[in-house]
Amino acid sequence: MSIDIETVDKIAFLSRLKIEDNVKDATKEEFNKIIQWVDQLKEVKTDNVEPLISVNENSIQLREDEVTQGQCSKEILANAPMKEYGYFAVPKVVE
Amino acid sequence: MSALILKGKNNDWEMICGLEIHCQIISKSKIYSPSSTAYGSDVNENVSFIDVAMPGMLPSLNKECVRQALKTGIALNAKVNKYSAFARKNYFYADLPQGYQITQDKFPIIGEGVVKIELENGETKEIGIERLHIEQDTAKSIHDISPTKTFIDFNRAGVGLMELVTKPDFRSPEEVGAFLRKLRSIVRYLGTCDGNMDEGSMRCDASVSIRPVGEKEFRPRAEIKNVNSVKFACQAVEYEAKRQLELYESGGSMEQESRQFDPVSGETKFMRKKEYAHEYRYFPEPDLLPLVLTDEFIAEIKADMVELPDAKKERFVKELGLTPYDAKVICENKETAEFFEKAAKGHDAKKVANWLMGDFFAMLNEKKLTLEQSPISAENLGELVELVTSNVINGKTAKDVFEIMAETGENPTKIVEEKGLKQVTDTGAIEKIIDEIIASNPDNVAAYKAGKTNLMGWFVGQVMKASQGKANPGVVNQILSKKLV
Amino acid sequence: MTDLTKLTIAQARDGLKNKDFTAVELTQAYIENMKAKRELNAFVCESTDKALEQAKQSQEKIEKGLGGDLEGIPLGVKDLFCTKGIETTACSNFLKGFVPPYESTVTSKLLDAGALFLGKLNMDEFAMGGSNETSAFGPAINPWSKDVRLVAGGSSGGSAAAVSARMCAGATGTDTGGSIRQPSAFCGVTGIKPTYGRCSRYGVIAFASSLDQAGPIGKDVRDCAIMLKNMAGYDAKDATSAKVDMPDFEKFLSGDIKGMRIGIPKEYRVEGLNEEVASYWDKAAEMLKDKGAEIVEVSLPHTKYALATYYIIAPAEASSNLARYDGLRYGNRVDGNSIDEMYINSRTQGFGKEVKRRIMVGTYVLSAGYYDAYFLKAQKVRRLIRDDFVKAFEKCDVILTPTSPVAAFPVGDKKMQEDPIAMWLNDIYTVSVSLAGLPAMSLPIGLNKDGLPLGMQIIGKAFDEQSVFEVASALEKQAGFEGVK
Repeated sequence: MSIDIETVDKIAFLSRLKIEDNVKDATKEEFNKIIQWVDQLKEVKTDNVEPLISVNENSIQLREDEVTQGQCSKEILANAPMKEYGYFAVPKVVE
Repeated sequence: MSALILKGKNNDWEMICGLEIHCQIISKSKIYSPSSTAYGSDVNENVSFIDVAMPGMLPSLNKECVRQALKTGIALNAKVNKYSAFARKNYFYADLPQGYQITQDKFPIIGEGVVKIELENGETKEIGIERLHIEQDTAKSIHDISPTKTFIDFNRAGVGLMELVTKPDFRSPEEVGAFLRKLRSIVRYLGTCDGNMDEGSMRCDASVSIRPVGEKEFRPRAEIKNVNSVKFACQAVEYEAKRQLELYESGGSMEQESRQFDPVSGETKFMRKKEYAHEYRYFPEPDLLPLVLTDEFIAEIKADMVELPDAKKERFVKELGLTPYDAKVICENKETAEFFEKAAKGHDAKKVANWLMGDFFAMLNEKKLTLEQSPISAENLGELVELVTSNVINGKTAKDVFEIMAETGENPTKIVEEKGLKQVTDTGAIEKIIDEIIASNPDNVAAYKAGKTNLMGWFVGQVMKASQGKANPGVVNQILSKKLV
Repeated sequence: MTDLTKLTIAQARDGLKNKDFTAVELTQAYIENMKAKRELNAFVCESTDKALEQAKQSQEKIEKGLGGDLEGIPLGVKDLFCTKGIETTACSNFLKGFVPPYESTVTSKLLDAGALFLGKLNMDEFAMGGSNETSAFGPAINPWSKDVRLVAGGSSGGSAAAVSARMCAGATGTDTGGSIRQPSAFCGVTGIKPTYGRCSRYGVIAFASSLDQAGPIGKDVRDCAIMLKNMAGYDAKDATSAKVDMPDFEKFLSGDIKGMRIGIPKEYRVEGLNEEVASYWDKAAEMLKDKGAEIVEVSLPHTKYALATYYIIAPAEASSNLARYDGLRYGNRVDGNSIDEMYINSRTQGFGKEVKRRIMVGTYVLSAGYYDAYFLKAQKVRRLIRDDFVKAFEKCDVILTPTSPVAAFPVGDKKMQEDPIAMWLNDIYTVSVSLAGLPAMSLPIGLNKDGLPLGMQIIGKAFDEQSVFEVASALEKQAGFEGVK
């Protein structure tokens, strides 16, 4: 499977990253190399093999319904690049 | 048949609709974090470091949200999946702090089920449930405070949601409305969601398509997003079906798209084509292990289930003798049903139902009060009915007493006693009044005896007047008939 | 007085208890060394004032005969751990200036045990790299460098370099595909990646959630045992944390390995394996045999697919984990004409090349049409790799392998820079273990002909760190490696 520039653009947008035009070809090449390399997995027979999602295959532990966090908006906002009236702020965007 | 049939130029068309409904789960803390779900708090106060996706923060799963989803699933007669798992739905959005929503994809907690709805014509219809899964709510963007900036409040971010998906079983707006009311009634009974569509704690997306009657395949559908009342949902699907008909009839074709309902114009408006939809890249959530439910846990929840509207209705008909219609109206709302049961306890249930649905609801309506605000308590309403059935007061007096109760909230027995409204059943006292009236109205007595029997009403009226309305009308009639022979 | 920085944690602990020196003196000695060796670029943020304050408090406790296991011991913390009030950047430009208002579970456990933190340690950006060269602060330098500056390894390069250069008594690291073990091997120190689920990931900036594990890097095996004991344990805030018994690892350092079976995986004798590495591997096996262990050949047939599997799963999870870095709530923000543009500008400027590369690869393997071929396939192969270990451990108690096929290489090595896969191949002996979630320790075995340390890896069964410690102790004694630089 070979990756074209269009795919690179799509993947970059889904990742919210910008690939400058002058490195697009190089990125495409590198991408193809990596994908070709991982393509070796196709050799492995995996019929009837269940995917392993976590090595811990127990059931999740449930948390009791208690409120133990919150009421700390100052700390929540402490690292915000832009904040006003206790809100996080971003420049208005018409969508 | 309740189906909506649209008349085309050459053939009839039918409407097909399926619903996706998001219900905010009632719980103290959020689904994946231990911060409060309280509504209407100060900005960004009910927010933990997890809710704003600070680096290194991890989710944990709230037991109560799982219980609430299970209760809801059981009430929808749906399959409880003992194994369910969480997944990430990846997309960038200002309201989505992690850059993904933790939801359930391939393994929802609740599978297929069936909900029975009742229609105006008395028919019932089964609506299939595809699935119900749990996930987190998003934050809220506020666009109208500043002209140049968008503000974001994360109080709602992470509140638990149940997303219910129906099968495309709806064939008319009426069915859509009946289902939404039924669902709202069920979740309110269960206490799993407050069901307030206007406040956004229950939100509905409707997928609508049409096809010529007899055609087997589904045609492309329009998804109407975020309709916020039952009425609007009905209007929206009807408008959309008609719009699609016009489109087809004028030679156009449909593509899958998202639309928005405008309550002011009653129209649906184009939002975006499906091809612009995000690519979500679902994959199993590595931060949360799968949820494996034990039989004990499920049994515990089943044992904890409240009586649902359908069961209650049946019981009211069978055991309390209500008509199916009365039972349906009373049971639609859990609080009404509970009020009724309290009022009817030990009294004539049918009569209590009549009072409740008649004078009582009229009074609330007139005063613009909710049931909780009613000046008349359930116990007092029951007692009023009892005063009538045990002949302490007559029906007319009861109406007067009811008026006083509505004004003062007082106990009916107390009102009757204080105002001396007890009806007179003492035959001696009534006889005395009758004798006086006969004696002072010889002309009318003569006329009556000459065959003008409709004067009986006049005599009864006179007696009632003289007794200030307290005489038992039955006794009055009886004595009068004897004396006037 | 002897150079206090030459003491192991165990020795320093005894010295403090015996009042040979004070915690402040110990801390000051390390601070001197930090200053003297700044050119190694091991620390990216120093918190020495705070450390001295804590040292004073620790000394008071010690004098009262109180204090925890690590009372007054100066440690370094990998910059991936969120430390309350101390800048935490994951060595990314994106997070420069970010000061967490919370403490990771692991570091708060260490603080509870009395440890004090000298500062934050260099690492590859978001732990993505094998040479510490992707750090926004530039590479940490291997203290064993002679004429040419050598890499300290990665991603926990700063941790290994700082321990090796005696700039701290011990350090925390994290390991996703070898990030504790490989730099430990490169710098001639000892490090253990415990079983997945042993240490809480809460407050550790996520790279790949299903693989990330915190662990200690120390001067010797005993120091690792002391630190791990005070880092590990079930944490309800991390849903993947394991609810298992916590042994006192310090009780498993006798070195008595008589009768233990040591597995040698035949598939690890890969083509191109450095001859010296191969010969040390044989020597190590001989040493263990001399101590009464039995050497058995085992097979891990899917070894050759581990790297490709890892380089699908880890980037996939990372692409999602790093979506939260959007410039909205914290971190780097570069405005744009739309919110998407703001995201793109903030991320493009904030992330380095390797991080972007992995995000893109991860996004790709999760996207529609490729999910089954890559991500799902990798998850299936991951099970086969895990099952290989399960089978191998039927025949042996621990597995012995080299940690890395090579010794430390020069900073800016052309081949590694130009070919990301060449760099990734260095993880060949460490990634399988990570995919299987097993505990594994790297300890120095000797020097190569260039005078650079080489490491051996001891892999244990899940939650059997005890056997790893026992065998490592035995090997450590036999190898007699002259600890740190």
